[in-house]
Formats: sequence, structure tokens, C-alpha cells
Amino acid sequence: MIKFCLNGRWIEEADIVPDMTVLRYLRTRQTLTGTKEGCGSGDCGACSVLLGEKQAGKWAYKAINGCITFLAQLHGKSVITVDALAEGDALHPVQQAMVDHHGSQCGFCTPGIIMSLAALHQKVDGEQPSEHDILDALSGNLCRCTGYRPIIDAARNMNAYPNVANVGIWQPEEQTTGVVHNAGTEAERRTRNLRKKKEQSWVAEDEQQLKDLLAEHPDARMVAGATDLALEVTQLHKSINKLVSIGGIDSLRAIDVSDESVTFGGAATYAEIEDTLRQHYSEFAALLDRLGSRQVRNNGTLGGNVGNASPIGDTPPVLIALGAELELVSKQTHRWLPIDQFFLDYKQTALQSGEYIRAIRIPRLQENQCLKVFKISKRIEDDISAVLAAFVVTLDDGMVKDVRSGFGGMAGIPKAASNVEQALIGKPLSEMTFINAANELSNDFTPLTDVRATAEYRIQVAKGLMRKCALELMNPEKISRIEQVHTAQLEQTSVLTAMSGSDKQGEAYHA
Amino acid sequence: MRKLIETTTTELPMRARPSKGKTGQSMKHESAEKHVTGKAVYVDDMPEYPNQLHVVVGGSKHAHAKIKLMNLSAVRSAPGVEAVITVKDVPGHTDIGPVFPGDPVLVDGECEFIGQPIFAVAAQSFEQAKKAAALAEIEYDVLEPVLTVEKALEDNFFVRPTHQHKRGDSSKALKNAPHRIQGEQYVKGQEHFYLEGQVSSVVPTEDGGMEVFTSSQHPTEVQKLVAEVLGVSINKVQVDVRRMGGGFGGKETQAAPLACIAAILANKTGKPVKYRMSRQDDMEMTGKRHDFYNTYDVGVDEQGIIQGAEIMVAGKCGNSPDLSDAIVDRAMFHSDNAYYLNNATVTGHRCKTHTVSATAYRGFGGPQGMMVAELMMDDIARHMGEDPLTIRKRNLYGIKYDHIKTEDGQIDARNQTHYGQTVEHNLLPELIDELENTSDYWKRREEIKAFNAQSPFMKKGLALTPVKFGISFTVQFLNQAGALVHVYTDGSIHLSHGGTEMGQGLFLKVAQVVAEEFQVDLDTIQVSSTRTDKVPNTSPTAASSGTDLNGMAARDACLRIKDGLFKFACEHYQVVESQVRFESNHLVINTDAGEQWVPFADFVQQAYMGRVPLSSTGFYKTPKIHYDRESGKGRPFYYYANGAAVSEVLVDTLTGEYKVLRADILHDVGRSLNPAIDIGQIEGAFVQGMGWLTTEELVWNNQGKLLSNGPATYKIPAVGDAPIDFRVKLLEDRPNGEETVYRSKAVGEPPFMLGISVWSALRDAVSSIADYRFSPPMNTPATPECVLNSVLATERAKEAQLAQDAAPFNTGNA
Repeated sequence: MIKFCLNGRWIEEADIVPDMTVLRYLRTRQTLTGTKEGCGSGDCGACSVLLGEKQAGKWAYKAINGCITFLAQLHGKSVITVDALAEGDALHPVQQAMVDHHGSQCGFCTPGIIMSLAALHQKVDGEQPSEHDILDALSGNLCRCTGYRPIIDAARNMNAYPNVANVGIWQPEEQTTGVVHNAGTEAERRTRNLRKKKEQSWVAEDEQQLKDLLAEHPDARMVAGATDLALEVTQLHKSINKLVSIGGIDSLRAIDVSDESVTFGGAATYAEIEDTLRQHYSEFAALLDRLGSRQVRNNGTLGGNVGNASPIGDTPPVLIALGAELELVSKQTHRWLPIDQFFLDYKQTALQSGEYIRAIRIPRLQENQCLKVFKISKRIEDDISAVLAAFVVTLDDGMVKDVRSGFGGMAGIPKAASNVEQALIGKPLSEMTFINAANELSNDFTPLTDVRATAEYRIQVAKGLMRKCALELMNPEKISRIEQVHTAQLEQTSVLTAMSGSDKQGEAYHA
Repeated sequence: MRKLIETTTTELPMRARPSKGKTGQSMKHESAEKHVTGKAVYVDDMPEYPNQLHVVVGGSKHAHAKIKLMNLSAVRSAPGVEAVITVKDVPGHTDIGPVFPGDPVLVDGECEFIGQPIFAVAAQSFEQAKKAAALAEIEYDVLEPVLTVEKALEDNFFVRPTHQHKRGDSSKALKNAPHRIQGEQYVKGQEHFYLEGQVSSVVPTEDGGMEVFTSSQHPTEVQKLVAEVLGVSINKVQVDVRRMGGGFGGKETQAAPLACIAAILANKTGKPVKYRMSRQDDMEMTGKRHDFYNTYDVGVDEQGIIQGAEIMVAGKCGNSPDLSDAIVDRAMFHSDNAYYLNNATVTGHRCKTHTVSATAYRGFGGPQGMMVAELMMDDIARHMGEDPLTIRKRNLYGIKYDHIKTEDGQIDARNQTHYGQTVEHNLLPELIDELENTSDYWKRREEIKAFNAQSPFMKKGLALTPVKFGISFTVQFLNQAGALVHVYTDGSIHLSHGGTEMGQGLFLKVAQVVAEEFQVDLDTIQVSSTRTDKVPNTSPTAASSGTDLNGMAARDACLRIKDGLFKFACEHYQVVESQVRFESNHLVINTDAGEQWVPFADFVQQAYMGRVPLSSTGFYKTPKIHYDRESGKGRPFYYYANGAAVSEVLVDTLTGEYKVLRADILHDVGRSLNPAIDIGQIEGAFVQGMGWLTTEELVWNNQGKLLSNGPATYKIPAVGDAPIDFRVKLLEDRPNGEETVYRSKAVGEPPFMLGISVWSALRDAVSSIADYRFSPPMNTPATPECVLNSVLATERAKEAQLAQDAAPFNTGNA
């Protein structure tokens, strides 16, 4: 049985298939049809709902995609849907702002936009949201009608409207009586388990339970954020018969910063690690702005991204460049593995049966080390990499003393470019050094042509990124990326002027 | 009714407040509150019946193949399955092509695109139907597919015959021109990506017919086709469309197959059936915007003024004609965009390919046609070493030159299109002048040149492109509309018309027309869903015509009711018609003794008691239009809508990534019925047009399978893609020169093509690499990869130029 609060009312469920998504549950079991299905793949945000967790005695909410969240992930949490946001005729401030700014046309994306803005409204708590906050909050909501301007205006002006209290929904009391039991037998209700005949879904409370479950059911699928796993259900129409939800295990969400390293729990979400990353690996944190959307980052986890082992996952190349290690644990075993040994072949990893990724440990950067992370995709927001390139460059008196790299989208697994690295080490920091070393890329990689990019472009753009890497290392104060333009001051000539070190030699590079 | 509702009359107000929500006011969308609270009901939100069935369709695995063997027994015996149908189970017509045959409701023997529906399953849940459909065993005889425009042109493989417009002697003009330039481009299609996917829900009726709830822009066509596949008369089928979650042309013909398949299954099972496509099915199985391959050959004088042009547009139509004949026609009609071609030959081909049949999409071929005009303008400018804006302005319709004369020696008015229509009420020259000033075009041009000179790899581009878009269905009979207006005895009004609401605010605008006619508050008017049993034989809500047609039809209904009411008022109050009027929710009777103000509701009750009809239909047909397809001449358009945009972009020439920094738009909507709604249409259309030309890439593999079949791989603009600085204005004080509804202009499609300015600006930025002396090749969508390739080609051209020039080439960086 799992228990969660839906629009202020506690509900217990036991007899539901493990792969029931939150969206399907809301629309078919609860007939709450305000929440829409636009794509079923977590890309459009029409299904956005608020998911609340109690932190320091208070419920805090974030927007998630209902279409790629499993019901079991709701255990112990509070869910708010668009249907309940207004109190009678009094609209929530973001609803009124959207009405007054003509923010809806066809209205189908609107419920999701409302929920993303409601999350922002709660987060800023009366303060004026920054432009970055607004774009971040809406990064996972597609609108095909408006061109977004009126929606952005609504966000800018949402604090001009009086708040609707609706405390019962936002800060529900723990309820012991009056709970809706959509449950099976008494015995079923005692275990944290959704059960439907042979299909089972467990909510693991701690690591011991997890180890036991994985030992007994090595075929069970682990789920933390579900931002990728759920696609098997909604896009490939596969059934998942055994599911272990690990998102509620506190020890897997721990963040630890020591003098030598920073360690993230395997089930820590991107949202949870963002601040720590910003402090210690700012380019890694900046990458998160382009990794999925706000909704995906609220649910998706670092461990999931690693374990998923996609060649186009955004974080593995960065972790490879940073020399991260993985803590892999099972009922019987415990080991640390350098991440570059984790990825064996396309979607094949070194993870053994019964093992899970307990933590990811990243060495701290030294003062003479610099992390550069570049992502290339068709669209800035919520797009999957065509190429991702990460470099940790150790500089010593104008020389490249050492370099470690990680590339995504260039091979069947995320991996380092060893020939490129060798060509850089011991050379002076200059654009020509990187231009020359970039010629080694085709010795390191034979990329594929697919829906996102051709092989030729992948090589070509990776070369461009290496040149850009050199320019940025030499001009750390200059803005040189398209995605930074939005947040930069628009007195452009002061931002984007000529860079030192760029010379006529560089001009010949494309030839 | 025996007892009338008591109206709340008190004393006659001395000064009644003006009624709210007349035309010209920025009223909010009629469903705005319902949208934001989740209470707006879309088809999939309607309550389901206990015996509800759900449909999933099994599609072809090959682009071109004959079905050798089909075994559906595993599908039939799968859990929850209640019915499985193939083409053999269709009781009536099997071809549901909207204009010409070619679209079988289910494949009959030969498959012509990957995903083409072969069989359909109805099961108790969507998930059961989806799993069952995967169990089909189908063997194919695989045939060679034609997948490209190039191959279709080579084979003369067309869905409809080639058509041509000719004016003057283009061949002679080209020969005599001082400069002759040629170019080509490939403009890819576009997925509509309406947020609400295709859906139809049907309920069998006791008369052997169907009640159909659908997300369709064309309820009448759905009605007709459902009746035909069932083999019943049209009056047995009623179609209801309350609203769509976006349409953009994608639900003009493409909604009907879902309704037809659901109806056949409902007919077979006797149960209510809903067919909602998954996003992936929607993207693979339903039509999109046409790809076009365009070429031009243009001759210009020393000023870059066009003397003659030969243009070819070839649309990739997919497997069937669908609407392609009219779409390629519209591409041809717009291959001049705003420019006088003088002597012109425009040829349009309708290429058949074994891909999903391409269909209507906002602009309906117009955008693809305009692309060749704008390509030509930029290329002429680079060739002549002039700023592209200068060349565009010189070539605008209506700009006369003393030295350019017609054959009979008169100064050429330069206002006749290549299909013979005279461009009247031409606002573009003044509109462009105004935008040029308000956007600081020339100052920014200099700043950008300076920026590019000192920026090693970040390059800026700037472009102003105009739009002249013809308004009317080019198929004449579609330019008609009906409406139905009821006035009830409490003074409330019920409005129904043939147009559908897809977010564009049509229901609101037409209600504002009714509010204006009766001078009553907008909130006393209830708009009903669009229903075929209220207003019959309607045209699709398409071609930007919704308000023009339905607004006029509703106005006509109001005028008929008003006529009766005023006649009654004259009798009742013993006055003549010039003494009565509606104002501020009242009937006002003007006599020598002064004005008498009767609340509207009171007056309506008097009229009811006086046995005056309080309901009327209304009708409208667009005047003046005609087109003779034999000669390729006529006046296909009632009028033209105009606009222009200036876009500024920043391009990273190391990666091909880019950003739209600023967009200034000045657009002509005549006398706006609702400025907020119109601006919403303009902004949304611009961003959608920009998406089409930039990040939205349809990728097919060499087997004809669509690889970009979901939003993970097909990238429509996201919130950060909107121009950082976005300035949109309506052209003021320019009522439509034609007698449209309150002199407004259509706004749905025209601003879509303002997005072309982004593409032109990207080319401008890339062109800066070679000192604006080279026209970078840039097909669309201009993805970062495409832009980087354009950069590389431009750098190669610059080097070739360097090698050619004896003196060192000045890069402009000094």
C-alpha cells in the first residue's frame, strides 16, 4: 500500500499496476482531467503537477511531469493538480496573471504552465522572480500558440495579485481518519507495496531493504526519478512487472563535501545537487540549465543518468573528465569504481546483478584546474545532446600541464578522447594548440549519423568546441556562448568583443 | 413558455454605461478562466461510458509494399479486445480523400507510407489496444519507394498535374537583362505539433447514425465522410466541436480518418468508441507541411530591379493529393511575395512520394512560395553589393520608375501579379518605411557591421522581410459561411456559426461582432460548440478566413433580427426607424419629447409578446473573387494582408548555434476587432514560423521512416527561443480597403511568414564572413548543423575569392 495526499485529501492505494503513471491515474482513476497529456514523454509539460515533500515541517513543492512519474513515487508526498488551485471563484495569482496577460490561446498547454508558474510563485515567496528564474520555471512547458511573450509577462507580474490561501491543499495535515482507502487486504496495506497479481512495486525505505529486495528479485527495475524508465511504458508500451522505488531512501540523497571530494548520493535529484555544483563546479551547474527541463531536473537523478549509460547522457562525459568514482553496493559487495570503467558498451555497464549506485564521488578541482563543459543541441532548452564535450585542464605557467576529457554523442559510450589529450599535454595554452589537437578527434571517435546530427557535424562541431575551449581559457571573463546571451547584459559590444589569442591562424582552421 | 423571466428593470437610467466588449476592445479569450483552471473540456476529457472502447491502429512497416498475408488472430484474442477491422469491414465508401480520391480509410492491398493504417483495434482500454495492435502478423511484398522530390521530378511522378502562371515574356526578359542570377533552395516541412493530439469520440445513435465529438477544423467534412464510410445519409451524423487544443491546419483534413475509423468500430460493436492517437502515431500517421524544392532564374537591371523571373516550386505531397493541388497553387501565388516580377513564368509541381500525405499547415504553401522570393532578394543584393533592404524596397509592388514602361509606352504601374490580380490598397511601402524607422534599421546595420568586424567568431545578422498574403480560399465555393443567432426573452443571446475554435479567439471575435450589433455586453452572449445540426454545410476554419466569413454571417443574422425588432419598435412606439437605435444595453427611442431608454431585455420581451422572430440564420459569401485555372489568371484573393519584421540574430560560427536577439514587427490587421487577440496571433505565428525555419527538423531515414517522431527529437521553439527583445505593433488607422467585417483583416496565417526574417538574418550573419559579397547556401530548417555548413561554405567561397583577387582580400576586420 502507498499513501499520498491529493489536493488536500489523503489516499491509500494498493491494487494498482506498478507501471501506472501519475497522469494516467489522475485522468482515469480520479477523473481529474484538468491535467493534460500532450506527448506522454515528458517533453511538453502539459501534464505538470506539483509534488510536495515535507521539509522542516513545511511542505515544499516542485513541478514534475505526471506522464513520466510512477504512482509509487508519490508515497508519503503531497500532490496538487490544476483542478484544485483556485479557491472557488478566486483564482490563484498565476491563474489570474495568465488570464489578464492573454497567456492562453488554445489552452491545452495552459494547465501545465499554470503548475510550473505556481511552483515558481511558491519558491520566490513574494520576491520578484529573476528573468532566469522565469525561463527556468518554464523550460519544460511547450506552447505552440502564443510565442511565450504573454506567458513570460504573466510570470513577471504574478506578484501583483493577492494570494489564495487554500492552506488545506498546500499544507495538508497528516491524516489518520477519513483517508480514502482504495486498498486491498489488511495484510497488503501493511507492506509498502503496490500489488496486482504477479506484478509488484515496492517502495524501499532504507538501503537494507533495497539490498534485500534486489537480492531476492534481481530482475526488479530500480526507479528514482523515472524520467527515462517511464518512457519504456509510455513510448515503447512495455510492461514493468517489478519495480523498486528508491527515491525515498534518505541515505541515497545525501550530499557530502570534504577537502578532497564532493560526494552525491545516487538518488539525489539534479535540483538537489544544483547548489553544491554551482559552488564547486560552476560549469557543471551551468550545464544543468540545458539538461532536460525544470520538471525533469526536479525528478531526475545523477545516479539515474549514470546507470542509464546512454551515450548521449549529459553528465557522464563531465564525470569522466572530472575523474569521478562510483560507489557500487549490493547485499554482499561494496566497491569503488572509476567511472570510465563503468561504461562497457552501448547501454552496457559494469553494474552486477543486485548492485546499485550508492554514490558518485568527484575530486575537488585544484586552483590551477579549470572545468569546461560544452553542450550542442538543436534547441537550447530541454534537448538531448548532439555532442557534449567536457575538459578538466590543468594549467601551469601558460602551459597545459594535464588535461582530462569526456565526450558524449561521439561513440557508443561516453568516453575520453585520449589522443586529443595527449596532443594537448605539455603544449602552450593557445588557440593553435587546441586547433591542432582537435585534428586527433577523428582518431578518437567514429561518430554516427542519427536524427540529431550527422557524423560530419559531430566531428566538425567538436573541433569548434575545442577552439572555443582555448579561447575561453584565455579569456575567462568573456561571454562566448549563445546560451549565455539571454542572461547577459545586452549592451552587446561590451560583452562579445574580440578575444585575445584569436588570430589569423584561426581563420584558416575551417579550411 | 407561459411566464417570462422577470427582468430587473428599475427606473430608466439617465445615462446608461456603455456596453462592454464591442469590437476593437482587447477582451480576454472566452475560455481564459476555463483554460487556467483546467475546466475547459477537450474531447479526451469528456466523461467516458462504462462500455467505452478505445482504438489503436496498426500501420504499415514499409513505405511501399503490397500486403501478402495478414494474420490478426493474435490481435483479436488479446485481452480486452472487442473488435478488429480491416478495409473489408467498411460498410460504405472506403476512400476518404477530401478533394480527390487516394486516401483509403484503411489500406486496401497496397501500402504507400510507413504508418499508413492497415487495421484498427477497439479494446476496453487504450493500453490493451496498444499491446494488441503490436501482435499483428503481416507479410509484405516490398516495392521500391519514391522518397524524394528529386526522384519524383525525375520520374514525373505527380499526385496532380503541373500548373503554370505566365505573364509577359520571361524568357526574353531574362536574355535581355544586364544581370542574371540563379538559385535554388530546399525548404523542409513542419509538424503541426498542436499540443492536443488528434482525437475523435463517437457514440452510436438510435437512428443508425453517429454523434461525433472531434478535434477538427472541418466538422462538415467529418460529418460527410463518417456518413459515407457508414453508408448512411449525412443527416444521420452530427458532429460537435467545442474547441481544439491547437489546429494550425493539421486538423483540416487529418481529423476525419480518426472519426471514420471510430465510427466503423462503433457501428460494428454498438458501443461508444474513442480514438485518440499517441503522439508518436500522430506524428507518423498524419500529414505535415509540404517540403518544397524551389529554383529561380532572375534577370535584374543595374539597380537590381527585376525585369523577369522564372520560378519553379515543387511540393513533396506524399502519397495522395489531399489538399496539395491548392497548396502548390498557393505557393505559386506567393512566389512573388511583395515584389513585382514583371515578366514571369511560375511553375508548380505536385510530387508524389511514399511518405505520409502532406497537408494544410498555416500559410498553406504560401510560406514555401515566399521563401523563394526572399532567397532571390538576398541573392540579388549580394550580387549587386547592395543592402538587401534596398533591393527589397526597389522591387515592391507599386513602386514606379519613369524609365520602366509597359509595351504600349506607359509608365508601368508595377502592380499586377503574375496571375493577373491587381495589387490594390497596397500598404507595404509606407509600412516598411515606418518599421525601418521604429526599428532603427540603418543605425543598427552600421553597429552590426562594426561588431562583426571586431568579433572573431560571433557574428550578427539583420534582416527586414515583408509579407503580402492573399486572403480567400482559392477554391471559390469555400468562401461562404453560415451563422445562427437566437435572442432569448431575458435578453441573453445564443450564437452559433460554422467556424471552429482552436485557440485563435474566433468565438470571442464573432461574439464581439454580435455585441456590437446589439450594443449589449459581451457576457450576455453565449457561444455554443460548432455543430453540424446548427449550421450546416460549413467550410473549414482555415485560410485565415474564420472571422471574415463567420463574423459577416453572424452580423447578417443580427441584421435580420434587428430588422424585425426595429420594425416592431416603430409600430410599438409609433416612430420611424431613424428614431430607434440600440445603445448601451438599451433600445433608445428618440422623439421630439426627448430620448426614451428601454432596457434590451424589456424590449425583447415586448417583441416576443408582439410575436416578432427572435432568431435568425445568417449567410455570407465573399464578393469579387474569381480565378480561371485554365488560363492561370484572375482575382483569387479578396484582399492582401501585409506586415513586415526586422530580426536581429547572433550566430556562433564555431558551432552554428544562434539566438534571435530582437524582433520588431509591424503588422496590418485593418481595423482590429480585438488588438490583444491579434497581437497574440502575430507573436505566436512569428515564433512558429521561426521554428519552422530553424530548429524544427523532420528527419526521415532512407527507408522512408520518420525518425523525428516525438518532441524529444522534433524541437519546436521553447520559452528561451522567443526573441529576447520582442516588439510587436499593429499598423494604426488603416481600415481594410475592402468591405470586410468592420474593415478588419484576417490574421491567422499572414504573420507566420514574418519568421522568414530570422532565416534571412541568419544568412546575413553568415554572409558577413565574406564581407557580404557571397550568398551563403542555407536550406531550411537552419539547424545549428545547417548554419555551420553554411559558414563552412562561405569560408570556402571567401578563400576562393582570396585566391582570385590579386590584391589581399579586405575582410572588413580592419
